[in-house]
Parts: sequence; C-alpha cells; structure tokens
Amino acid sequence: MSKKVKFTIDGNEISAEEGKNLLDVACENGYYIPALCHMKGHKPAGSCRLCNVKVNGRIMTACTTLVSEGMEVITEDEELAELRKTILEAMFVDGNHFCPACEKSGVCDLQALAYKHKIMSPKFKYEFSNKKVEAEVPKIMLEKNRCILCKKCIRAIKSKDGKNIFGFKARGKKLEITMDEELAAQMTDEDIQRAMDICPVGTIIKKEKGFKIPIGKRKYDKKPIGDNVEKHKEKEKD
Amino acid sequence: MTNSDIQEILGKYNNDRFRLMDILLDIQDKYGYIPKKFFNLIGQAVGLSSAKVEETVTFYHFFHTSPKGKYTIYLNDGIVATMKGRDNILKQFSEQTGCQINSVSKDEKFGLFSTPCIGMSDQEPAAIINKHIFTNLTVEKVNRIVRLMKKDTPIQKIIQTIYESDKVQNLIHTMVTDNIKKTGSVLLNKYKRGSAVKKSLNKNPEEILEEIKNSNLRGRGGAGFPTGTKWEFCTKSKQKPKFIVCNADEGEPGTFKDRVLLTNYPELLFDGMIIAGYTLGAEHGIIYLRYEYSYLKNFLQSKLEQYKKENLLGKKIVNSDFNFDIRIQLGAGSYVCGEETALIESMEGKRGEPRNRPPFPASCGYVNKPTTVNNVETLSCVPKIINHGSEWFKSFGTEESAGTKLLSICGDCGNSGVFEIEFGMTINEMLEMADTIETQAVVVAGPSGKIISENEFNRKICFEDLATAGAMIIIGKQRNLLEEVVPNFLDFFIDESCGSCTPCRVITTHAKNRLKKILAGKGTTKDLKDIKSWGNLMQKSNRCGLGKTALNPLLTTIKFFPELYERLIKDKEYISEFNLEKATADYEKITK
Repeated sequence: MSKKVKFTIDGNEISAEEGKNLLDVACENGYYIPALCHMKGHKPAGSCRLCNVKVNGRIMTACTTLVSEGMEVITEDEELAELRKTILEAMFVDGNHFCPACEKSGVCDLQALAYKHKIMSPKFKYEFSNKKVEAEVPKIMLEKNRCILCKKCIRAIKSKDGKNIFGFKARGKKLEITMDEELAAQMTDEDIQRAMDICPVGTIIKKEKGFKIPIGKRKYDKKPIGDNVEKHKEKEKD
Repeated sequence: MTNSDIQEILGKYNNDRFRLMDILLDIQDKYGYIPKKFFNLIGQAVGLSSAKVEETVTFYHFFHTSPKGKYTIYLNDGIVATMKGRDNILKQFSEQTGCQINSVSKDEKFGLFSTPCIGMSDQEPAAIINKHIFTNLTVEKVNRIVRLMKKDTPIQKIIQTIYESDKVQNLIHTMVTDNIKKTGSVLLNKYKRGSAVKKSLNKNPEEILEEIKNSNLRGRGGAGFPTGTKWEFCTKSKQKPKFIVCNADEGEPGTFKDRVLLTNYPELLFDGMIIAGYTLGAEHGIIYLRYEYSYLKNFLQSKLEQYKKENLLGKKIVNSDFNFDIRIQLGAGSYVCGEETALIESMEGKRGEPRNRPPFPASCGYVNKPTTVNNVETLSCVPKIINHGSEWFKSFGTEESAGTKLLSICGDCGNSGVFEIEFGMTINEMLEMADTIETQAVVVAGPSGKIISENEFNRKICFEDLATAGAMIIIGKQRNLLEEVVPNFLDFFIDESCGSCTPCRVITTHAKNRLKKILAGKGTTKDLKDIKSWGNLMQKSNRCGLGKTALNPLLTTIKFFPELYERLIKDKEYISEFNLEKATADYEKITK
C-alpha cells in the first residue's frame, strides 16, 4: 500500500495515495477539470494544456502533476477560466470545426467544452486548415482538419504486436496525424470503433456505418460535459 | 538502393530502435535521401510501425524523403545572415543553379534550402554544402563555387580552391575562422589534457561533488541551474547504467561559442565529461552534436581515439577502477532538441518533443536510466575548477554568477566573435569591446531572450540581471526593428515548435499576424493588449522553454521600445479591416 497524503483542492481537504495523478484524483473526488488529451491509465501527453490548474499558486497541468502532501490546488478561478477559453478558441481556429456538418456533433468533447466555456466566436481569426483527408484505407478515414493532436489514438490504439497504428507527421504548424496504412487495414471493426470513440473530435471516422443515435439525442445534447463528475461532488456534500 | 543496402546499415546498429537517428543519417548519407518506401522495412527491423519511423523522419529538417541534390546547399535565414546580405547570396545561388529556394534542380544536381542559424553568425553569409561550411560568401565566391560544382568537383576540393588552402587535415580551420576576440582565465586558456582527470581519480566522487557545489557553477545553457545540485540528484539515483550527456546543440540564433570550444578546446569538454562520469558513477558519455556542426564530427572522433590510446577513455582509465567511454550522437536539425528532455528523446531516435516532468532525467532519462545533461561550456569549466579550486573559480564574476562566460557577439559591430568575459560586465562595456557605433538594440540571449534598448545598456550580464547562454546580437540604428527583426524571430519559433502544446502551435502565428496588422497601420491599442495577454498565457501554459518564450520578441520590444509601436498605433480601439471598395472591386468592374 502506498502512503496516503493530504492536500486541498479548492480549499477542501482531500486524501489520496501519494504520487497519483492529480487529474484522476480530482475527478474521483468530484472536481471536474477539463482535458482533451488525458486517458486514465495511460502516460499523460500533457499536450492540450486545458487541464491547467494552480498548484501552490503556480499554473501546472493537472495531468502531469502527482499529488503530494500539503499541496494547495485551485481548479477554477478567473485566470484559469480565461486561459482555458483561449486555448479552446485556439483549437477551434487551428482546425475546421463546423459542428453542424460534423458526424461527431453531440459526442464531441471539443464542442461540449466550447459550450461549457461559453465560446461565442473565437478571438483568433479562422485559419481554414487545408490538410488532406486520408481515406485510402477501406474501413477507416482520418479527417485531419478536425484533429486537435491530442495523441490519444497514438497512445491507446496499437496493433496486435504492440506497434503504433497512428503517428505524427512533421512538426509545429504543419504537425498532423497519420496512420500506418498497412496496420490500419488490418484493424477489426471493434478496433476502429474504439479508435473512433477515443477520438475527442471527429477526426477518426468509421466508414460505411451510420451513427445509431441521432443528433439532438446524444451524450452532450442531454447533459453538459463534466456533469457526471460534478454530480458525484454534490452527492458527497449531502 | 535495395533492401539489402538498408539491411546492412540496420545491421551496423544491431537493429536498435534507439539508434534510429544514426540509421536514418547513414541511409541519407549513403543514398542522398530516405525514401518513404523503406519506412516499413526500417520499422520491421527495429520493431516499429512505419508511422513511427515517419514521425522521426519528418520531424527533423535535415532529413529528406525525396532527392535533395548531389550538392545540397543550405542557407541560414536567421536575422544576422539577413543583415549580412544573405538575400543577395541566395539570389546568386538561385540564378546559378536554377533552383528556387527549398527546391531541387531538374537534373537533381543542386538542392537549395533554407535553414535556421547554422552557428556562423560571426562570418555570415555562410552556407552548409554537403556538410561542409562556406563562410564569408560573396557573389563572386558563389559563382566560383557553382562553377566547380557543375564540373562535379569533390566538395573538399571546392573548399580548398575557394579558401586557397592545401592543407586537408586543417580543413575545419580553412572553412571556419575561430574569431576568438578575447581570451579569459577559465575557458579560452591553456589546458593540459587529462590533468584534471588524473587529479580527480585520486579523490572520492563525494569530494569532487562538494568542490563543484562550492564553486557555484551554474548551467551555461541559459537556465543557470546549479550544476552541483543537478549532479547530486543523479548521484542519489541507484539505477545503472547512468549517462552523462553533453548538449552540443547550440541552436539559439546568434550563438556560436560552443563551436569555438569544440574546435579549440575539446579536451576541456572530454575531461569535464569524464570527471562528471566519475562523480556520478556514470560509465557512458554521449555528445549530442547538432547536425550543423557535422563538419566537426570526424575531428572530434579523432581526438576521442587519441584519448583511448592514452587510456583517458576506455577500461580502467589511467590505471584506476573507473571505465568511461564517449560517443557522438548527431542531431538532424531541430532547435527544440536543445531542451534537455527533447534532446534525450532525439537521442532515442524519436521526434524531439520535450517530455513531461516528472519524472526528471536525473532518475529517468536516456533509455529511462539516470541521466545528466550539461551544456558544452558548463562541462568545460569543470576541469579548471578541479585544477585550480572552487575558490579560484569564484574569484571571477559576481556573487550569484561565478566564473566567466563566453559571449558570441555578432550583428552590427566591427568586432564580432567569441569573447570570454567575467560575469558582471555591462552591456555598454560589451558594446565598446565589440566596436559598435549607433546601436539601437541588443538581443540578449537570442530570440528567446530579450531585445533591449539603450536605456538598459547599463545592465549587467549575469544570472541575477541579464542571463544569456551566449548570444548577443547587436542591431544598429539603421535597422527597422519591428519590420526586420521581430517577424524573423517569430517565424523561427513557428517553424521550430514541436507542435505538441496547443498554445505554442497555434498562438505564435496569430501574434505574428497581429504585428503585421500593426505594421500595416491598422493596429489598435487592443492588439497590443491581446499580444501581451497571449504572451502571458504562453509563458504560463506551455511545457517547454520554446513555447514559454516564443512571444518574447514581441513582449520585450513592446516593453523596451514602446515608441516604435506608438508611432504605428493611432490609439484607436477599433479600425475596420474591411474595405468596402476593395471588396466590391470586381463587381464595380463588371457593372461598369
């Protein structure tokens, strides 16, 4: 058994195993911290930068911070809200996110977070990304212009012998997601479904199959993102 | 090039995925480029998917996936090169070879490419052609070079012809001038190779650590972290093997001081690494050498051979129980790899993306083993501290910045080159040394540092005031700071970002566009406010130094040169960017 540590989140005392991931601990205790690249159980990517919180006054990504004795964590204040909103807006202009025309509308984490952060129109100019849609593989396609480069698919979706099916290409502004066509062609329907579900936006699309649930009745159409986490918090307070 | 050719190279590195950089460099050296059709074969051999191989190949700008010309010419697009007339040289190369920039001629004889600072800011315009350096280029020299290339002259012969030298063994000095303009007491000074190593091996590692800690030596790469403390973290780690890595990836535009150390005092570096290894219990040293300095690789390798012959490297060095070896790892073109964890990723054959911390390299670095990464200059100080003592070292410099510092001074000055100064020197004193007239600004520590104005010239060069890894770019009054310098720096960060963190990948471009808007006379006070707030966000929310400092060229000019912006901004809250006449011009034309 690991040592337990005590620390505070938004002023409330929390106890958790030392060295656990702060984002996971916060979530387990009913504090929702927005994040687009985090996957519980996987090594953090620390790339979307949305989960920035204040740890002892310093801004740090919760997904790469390990809990330690006596730390004081603030998950929400004006500065953090503005920071997250700006980063979300940056994502919106970096790619093409035309929600009404997107297959993922209603189950898209980016869209849901935009609603949650009350984004009306971004403060940056749209860039109208013009990357090639990768559709050569029979059952799966990549709409790269929607990709937010969270690396979830790279980290979680592997071939049977443990190789990366997805990968990055180039760097900086030209950075884009690609896939190993040979390995992608060997993916089972379940693999593809999992890759599509893991994708927080509408980049990974399973071909030849429609969505079961119509727009308007999907996950985030009913409840805002993070609601399940925060509900937990209310229960605890009762 | 056939499968068996590739397999031969793979075999040379035992199909080791951590040596992917070497594998790719060797393939490119031998065949000119790395064809995509071989990604699968390479991947299968080292146990990676072709997507993963592509990740590495496409990250570094010196890797090519299509033919790059029999003669591949790289011209620096940094600010100092531009100030020294790079555009004319480019035009001449372009005309003579028939290549547009970033393209290859039809007969695949020439390739002409842009690259960031190549570490020759004291002798620009300069070019890298087939790993060889051509400095102080003139239109006339370019004509002669291209004429020789058209006759298929070997590159070494071209160097010898152009720079009138018949000494092949001295080629590196023929190509590149040292320009040591001021020697000092610590670094640019006599040193007997092996002397400090022998002295160290007679002591306990604890004693050496104590000496380094007491010397207050701080990292010369810019961050200024105490070297002794950094070493101590690594000594505490019980895991083996441990690694000492020398960061010889000086990529900050305007910096070239490590080039001079590597060329003239490699013994200081090697001895520093051996002593660090002995102190930390590390038996392996790796020098991560930037691709731009490939021309130094064979030279350094021959020095290492000499060390082996003299038993300063290898098993049981100088009759002690300590084993140590050093190998050179070449990079392939990426500024962000100067960040220590990105450098480690690159050494492991991956894209040079800075790691998340924790874990720190001291416990989990190269191949997940305890690793200490130190700058060339930092390690080069170590033998002198051992030989002369930490008190001697502290007698130079200031309270918080002990010792001396190498400066790479370049730009608008009469005396550019490398200067060893004591910490605490003021910018004014430095400008006098550099023989300047009418200085508008000094770029302290390169694009990621500060662009300061005359009002700040009485400030001191040291960690407690103006910290620098060495770059000092002097900008004369004749330059347009906002048109020429700042956009050049921003483009550099846009090109060199690894792209991982959202703010760094996206916002730098938008900030640059706002500057363009201001320069076009359409700027408002809101634009300045936005740039400042984005700069603050970048500083706080990006993972690595590149992303944190990418907007510094804007932020520091706004701070130190407010009048330049005030002149352009008419203090309006809003100016419509929409021009009705322009937007309806087509319509007007048709309906007329």
